[in-house]
Amino acid sequence: MHIVVCIKQVPDSAQIRVHPVTNTIMRQGVPTIINPYDLFALEEALKVRDYHGGEVTVLTMGPPMAEDALRKALTYGADRAVLLTDRHFAGSDTLATSFALSQAIAQIGNSFGTPDIVFTGKQTIDGDTAQVGPGIAKRLNLVQLTYVAKIASIELSARTITVERRSEGGTQVLKSELPCLITMLEGTASIRRGSLEDALRAARSEIVKWNAAEAGIEDITKCGLRGSPTVVKRVFAPTPRAEKAAQIDTTEKTVRDVADELVTSIFTHQPALEHELSSTGSA
Amino acid sequence: MGTQKSKASPPAGGRADTKKKLPEHFRDYRHVWVFMELERGQVHPVSFELLGEGRRLADQLGAQLAGVILGPPGDSTQHAVAEAFAYDADLVYLVEKPLLTDYRNEPFTKALTDLVNKYKPEILLLGATTLGRDLAGSVATTLLTGLTADCTGLDVDADGSLAATRPTFGGSLLCTIYTLNCRPQMATVRPRVMRMPQRSNKPIGRVIRHNLRMWEDEIVTKVVDFLSDGQSENANLAYADVVVAGGLGLGAAENLQLLKNLAHTIGGDYGCSRPLVQKGWLAADRQIGQTGKTIRPRLYIAAGISGAVQHRVGVEGADLIVAINTDPNAPIFDFANVGVVADAISFLPALTEVFIKRLAPRNHMRLVN
Repeated sequence: MHIVVCIKQVPDSAQIRVHPVTNTIMRQGVPTIINPYDLFALEEALKVRDYHGGEVTVLTMGPPMAEDALRKALTYGADRAVLLTDRHFAGSDTLATSFALSQAIAQIGNSFGTPDIVFTGKQTIDGDTAQVGPGIAKRLNLVQLTYVAKIASIELSARTITVERRSEGGTQVLKSELPCLITMLEGTASIRRGSLEDALRAARSEIVKWNAAEAGIEDITKCGLRGSPTVVKRVFAPTPRAEKAAQIDTTEKTVRDVADELVTSIFTHQPALEHELSSTGSA
Repeated sequence: MGTQKSKASPPAGGRADTKKKLPEHFRDYRHVWVFMELERGQVHPVSFELLGEGRRLADQLGAQLAGVILGPPGDSTQHAVAEAFAYDADLVYLVEKPLLTDYRNEPFTKALTDLVNKYKPEILLLGATTLGRDLAGSVATTLLTGLTADCTGLDVDADGSLAATRPTFGGSLLCTIYTLNCRPQMATVRPRVMRMPQRSNKPIGRVIRHNLRMWEDEIVTKVVDFLSDGQSENANLAYADVVVAGGLGLGAAENLQLLKNLAHTIGGDYGCSRPLVQKGWLAADRQIGQTGKTIRPRLYIAAGISGAVQHRVGVEGADLIVAINTDPNAPIFDFANVGVVADAISFLPALTEVFIKRLAPRNHMRLVN
C-alpha cells in the first residue's frame, strides 16, 4: 500500500512577534517546525504502513529550506520525501496550493505507485483554513474524510476503510472506499521517536525535488498568485477598545473587599445579571 | 499592540491593485446565500447568526437574502425552512432527499454546487463548523472560486466586493481578503463570532425546490453509526451566558478547581486559554480563542489570562469582560471592561465567596421579607 502524507513547514507560532511600530510580522530568526497537526497525520500513516505493509511518501510545497521538514519526517520513519519548489508557487492561496499538490500527488503516483490514502493534518497553525485537504480530495476525485479521530479498520482486499469522524455534537462512523483523503484530527497518537536507523537513513537520503514542470504542471497560470482567486489586501493590528479597563483599586484593601467591589461593579454594568444569577446559579 | 487601523502595513500580495472588471459571465451572479446547517433535525445556531450578517450584506448590495437548506423530507427540514424566514431570509432554496439525512461530503457538495451553478449567488456564507468547513472546501474547489475561512468581519466595499476580514499569523494580526474575478465569493464564520439576530414572526415566503439527481448507490461513503456526545458537560461553552476562564496565572492544574467553583456558583461554564490546553490541563474543547471556541457571554471573567490577540478575538463579543491578572500591563486590560490587579489563585475563592453571599441570601431575604 502506498500512502502520501502532505506536510507543511510553518513558523513556530509561539515565537512570532509583531513589530510594535510597523505592525508587521518579524519573521527573522523565527524557528520553523513541521505543522503540529501534520504530525498526527504522519504517525497515523506510519501506523497503517507498519500494519499493512507498503511505503509512506511525505510531500511538501515550499521554499528550498522546507527540505528540513522533509528530512525530519524521514527520521520519524517515512520512506521517501518529495519537495515541490518553484518560484511560480509563490503567493498561492488554498485553491492554487491544492492544485499544485494534487498535480504532484498524481506525479508521485506515476513515479512511485498510485497512493491508496493521502493524509493531511486537519489544518495548519499559520493559515488555519482547513481547506487544502478537501481541495486535494476534490481535484484528485478521492473520497474525502475530514476530522478523522480514528481509523477503525482497513480491508485491503475489499478496498474499504472505516473511520470515526468528529462531527458537530458527536462522532460519525463512516465506511468508505480506497483511495481516499484523510485529514487527521489532533489528539490521536503522538509522533513516534524515530529509530537511529531512520535517523541515519534520513541524513543520507536523496530528497526528490520537483519544480512545476517536473511535477507535471503544464498550466502555470493555475499556480501562485495568478492561480489564486483570493487576494490579501490589507494586514493590520486589531483596533484597541476606546478605553482601558476600569481598574478596581486594590490598595490597602482586603481581598474580600476588592471582590465585593468587583461584584458590585459587575452588577452595575449588567443589572439584569444580579437577578438572573440568583435564580439560575446553584449557590 | 499597534494603534490604529490606518497604520496598516502595505498591502501584501502583488495583485492588490489589479482588481479588474468582473468577467462578463460572472455579472449575473447576484444575491447573498446562507447555507443552513441541519444537525440531526436541529438548525445549528451559527446559521441564524449568518442570516443576520447576510441580511446586512444583502441590504448594502440591494440584493436578496436566501437560506439554502439540504435535508431529508420531513418536519425538521420544514421547520428549518420556517426558521430561515423567521430570521429574515427573502427566499429559500430547498433540496429534500432521504440521502441528505446525515451529512456526507459527496451528496452535499453536489447539491450545493448544483444550486450555485443554476441560481448564481454573489456571496455564499457557511458556518465554520466541522460540517461547514468540510463542505465549503469541496464546493469552492469544484467551483474554482475563492474561500476565506473563519472570518471575524464581513463587509461590502464601495464597488460591491465582499471584504472578508480574518485573523492571520496565529491571530497576531488581522487581514482583509477579497475574491477577485470569481463568483461566488465564499466565506466561513465560526459560531458566535456574529451577533444572534432577533427572530421575527415573518411567514414562510418563496421556496425554490431543486431536485438532486443523485442516488444512494452512487455514494461511496456510508454512515454506519453516530455516537452522540449527548448532553456532555462541555457542549454549551460557546453559547453560555456566563463564562469564567483561566490561564497560566492559575499556576497549577489543581487550581482549575477554583475556576470550576466560581463557574458553578454563578451558573456559568468554564474554559481556558491556549497554553493550558497545550499543557494538558484541560481538553481542547475548553479552549477559548481564535483556534478554540468563540464565546459571546453576557459576563466573561478571565483569571490569570494575559490576553494575546488570538484569545481576544474569541471573547470580544462578550457584553462585559472582567480581567483578573497580577500584571497591570497585561494586554487583557486593553480590552476588558473591568480589571483587578490581583493574583487569581487567592482572588477566585474570595470572589466565589462574595457571589455566594450576594446571590443566595438575597433570595432567602426576599422570602423572609
